[in-house]
Amino acid sequence: MERILAQAPDFFTPGNVGLLLEAAGLTLAMTVVGCGIGFALAFVLVYLRQTPGLWALPLRLICIAYVEVFRRIPFLVVIYLVLFFIQTVSTDASLFTIAVIAICLYAVAYTADIIRGGIESVPQTQVEAARAMNLGRLQTMIHVVLPQAWPVIVPPAIAFAVSFIKDTALVSQIGVFELTFRGKELNNQGFSGILVFGTIAMCYFILSFPLSLLGQYLENRLATPRGQRRARKLRRA
Amino acid sequence: MPHLAVSGVHANYGALEVLHGISFDVDRGGIVSLVGPSGSGKSTVLRTLVGLTRATRGTVEIDGDVIDYRSARAIRAARDRMAIVFQQYNLFQNMTVLRNCTLAPVKIKRRPRSEVEAEARDLLALVGLADKADAYPDELSGGQQQRVAIARALALRPDILLLDEVTSALDPELVGEVLDTIRRLSDEGMTMLLVSHEMGFVREVSNAVVFMDAGRVVETGSPAQIFDAPRSDRARDFFGKVLRH
Repeated sequence: MERILAQAPDFFTPGNVGLLLEAAGLTLAMTVVGCGIGFALAFVLVYLRQTPGLWALPLRLICIAYVEVFRRIPFLVVIYLVLFFIQTVSTDASLFTIAVIAICLYAVAYTADIIRGGIESVPQTQVEAARAMNLGRLQTMIHVVLPQAWPVIVPPAIAFAVSFIKDTALVSQIGVFELTFRGKELNNQGFSGILVFGTIAMCYFILSFPLSLLGQYLENRLATPRGQRRARKLRRA
Repeated sequence: MPHLAVSGVHANYGALEVLHGISFDVDRGGIVSLVGPSGSGKSTVLRTLVGLTRATRGTVEIDGDVIDYRSARAIRAARDRMAIVFQQYNLFQNMTVLRNCTLAPVKIKRRPRSEVEAEARDLLALVGLADKADAYPDELSGGQQQRVAIARALALRPDILLLDEVTSALDPELVGEVLDTIRRLSDEGMTMLLVSHEMGFVREVSNAVVFMDAGRVVETGSPAQIFDAPRSDRARDFFGKVLRH
């Protein structure tokens, strides 16, 4: 304890704090970009997976296989796979890019199931009513199904992204200068492990707690039909 | 030439054949009612006409044009000319009443929004709901929702309106308002095919009644003939039960 107190002034120098802030920014950026793109691609995957007809059977199987495989691989393994795969293709891809791609691949698999659950929660009769008036599959999805599926999709999707902030710590393994990597570095410089990782832990908390609050806000505001309605009325006014 | 001619239509749910060769005609401006016990395939006939259930055999003609339900384009053409109103209304819960009525005309028929909205408001007035244009479906009673569903179907400007047990999900006191709407449409010369258990109403508005049982047409005739002097034992038995009270 005395050692921690003694080291604190040397540890919390503007330089180190700057490094930590930068690392926190990187952690946040990886999560937001990776999960954001992953979420968008997951919609595409779910849509392709529902393509009707015999000719689309291989397509459907690929989509199902993708989700099932990636959900059963540890994230760390995905990171290494992406790292080594990308390095065979291109030598100048940044580690940040590699990390984002890994997060993205992983997020697609997880959020695809969340989105599929949301879509399946909309009664089939809504789809039939739309199809009977000649709305196409995509139009039915955009105008009728997704607006009603949001309440079911948004809360778990945000919960996934928030919890994923922690899991990004694993990309420190390939040397991305995110929070955990900086922690190890500072620890190696001789600072107390408790001091360093205590601070890193606080950083993760500070990153994810406001996002959880944002999630709750969105859940209340956007996700319930009445909330959406209120939002629309406010916009109109 | 009949406006709608259905002949020898078969349809399956999965491997199970539920329609075994259905035939009947509907004249332009006429009202034909499908009646019969539950599970006889009445609703399936309507679903097949709009391509929600796939016809495996038989032909459907509208004004002499044969619709080949194996082709997606033909199904689109069929849906262009026939609009269906469902038992459970199936209004889009995420849209206002007005947008329910304008969605397909604007997005699919690519008509100008202002024109479509004006027409939709007229249709809502026709079904007595002019003041509900900006309400959401869950703010309306069942009878009101069903009248919106009828307005939404009419907004598609169909040649033929298909009504699938449109009153059976409604409280008895709400049935009248929907039947009044249908009466008004019949006065305006809309061709309609309806599935109904409201025998008094069927008798009053129909030009012809088709009695179905177990996926087949048992007999077809004028309301008076079908209700008062059915030729088949099955129809006599059925009407004996439903008309007694």
